[in-house]
Amino acid sequence: MTQAFKLKVANLPVWVLHVQTLQATLIARQLQTHLQQTPDFFSNTPVALGLSALNPEAQPDFAALLQLLSQHGLRLVGVQGGSPTQQAAAVAAGLAVFADAPANRSAAAPSSAPSPALVIDKPVRAGQKIYAENADLVVLAIVNAGAELIADGDIHVYGPLRGRAMAGARGNRQARIFVQGMEAELLSIAGCFQMFEDGIPADVRGKPVQIYLNPAEELVIERW
Amino acid sequence: MSKVIVVTSGKGGVGKTTTSANFSSGLALRGKRTAVIDFDVGLRNLDLIMGCERRVVYDIIDVINGEATLKQALIKDKNCENLYVLAASQTRDKDALTLEGVERILNELKETFDCVVCDSPAGIESGAFMAMYFADEALVVTNPEVSSVRDSDRILGIMAAKSKRAVEGRPPIKEHLLITRYDVKRAASEEMLKVEDIEDMLRIPLIGVVPESESVLAASNSGVPAIHEKSDVAEAYKDVVARFLGEDVPMRFTTYTKAGFFKRLFGER
Repeated sequence: MTQAFKLKVANLPVWVLHVQTLQATLIARQLQTHLQQTPDFFSNTPVALGLSALNPEAQPDFAALLQLLSQHGLRLVGVQGGSPTQQAAAVAAGLAVFADAPANRSAAAPSSAPSPALVIDKPVRAGQKIYAENADLVVLAIVNAGAELIADGDIHVYGPLRGRAMAGARGNRQARIFVQGMEAELLSIAGCFQMFEDGIPADVRGKPVQIYLNPAEELVIERW
Repeated sequence: MSKVIVVTSGKGGVGKTTTSANFSSGLALRGKRTAVIDFDVGLRNLDLIMGCERRVVYDIIDVINGEATLKQALIKDKNCENLYVLAASQTRDKDALTLEGVERILNELKETFDCVVCDSPAGIESGAFMAMYFADEALVVTNPEVSSVRDSDRILGIMAAKSKRAVEGRPPIKEHLLITRYDVKRAASEEMLKVEDIEDMLRIPLIGVVPESESVLAASNSGVPAIHEKSDVAEAYKDVVARFLGEDVPMRFTTYTKAGFFKRLFGER
């Protein structure tokens, strides 16, 4: 029998629009402002509505919101948070309910002091793996082909980077990689990675660069 | 203060044993009481290159197992005073090497010798680990090609992390880069890596460059290390020994000059 489908789990990027109010005109105006700043972002982008900031008694009109957002290039696919009544109304309007984001992550962050950066002052060689848990990683020497740098925070390499560098290893999309001499085998931020099988683009090869994720979750390699 | 020096590379066939033979001979010729140990249990070669294969009675495993004393197992080199060879076992299981046994041998050797040279087997398995674990200094033998450089890099990383000095938090093993089988002509035409490329990748001080030469093969086959003959290779190894002993010797055999008209006409010799 032909297989009808394959079911696979995927962590797809979905933006959450945390609504602070249900005033349609206000939402529309601010969406318009964002649209002007980053037009590429609003092209059928899947988005969930975050309801946690709303009064639990409030009764959002999901059908109207769906239409409002789609007019601005956002495809409303579900809701997150909110009261059971609000969630039931969302399901009735054909939306999905996303599990709550682990609230403790954002809550715990301010109270726990960030770990000091892990500083490495010797060459990182083939076969060596260095992991900066909950911290930034700073390397003051060469990182050779076959070596691996992993950090939950940012990675700084003040020398040639010829091995692999993975920043934001636990999913921090804001993490960045700074490199004095870009010759990497692989770069990754929050699991979005890029390999350089066919060599590194000439405009950044050997140059000082920073690497970050743009709103569309693409790895950007930029000279500085 | 006597020193333990490991000759290592990761990759096989790059010239570790040739280097161990020539380097230890060179140290002995300079008056250092020197012992050289073959750690390649099961595939012993050093005795052949030193020309003492017919005089091997006891080997390192016999000493570790207490079946022979160190004095019985050390073979005096036929070419120079001050040099003794401790052969590897050809028949024993390589697991017979133990850290305790190796440490005991090295400590005993350090009582009478100035330099103990450990010829490491290829790879990163236990034999290579035993050879480098107690080292004070390391000659990292590298050929001008990427896989050799990568393997040297790997060995340097392991030494920096797992040697006795690293484990005990003492000053690290002093690392020296020795480039062997270097062909200036092929490096100049970019068929091979250049000295600077290798230095850039490994970032450890260069102690010497040994040119590619047929004299090495001839020397190996005759059981007399090349350093005893007249050749570029002999000169290069003498330079390495001098630099190791702290002398300031300019690098040779690293630049290619096109043969002039007369040289081409009348040959290079």
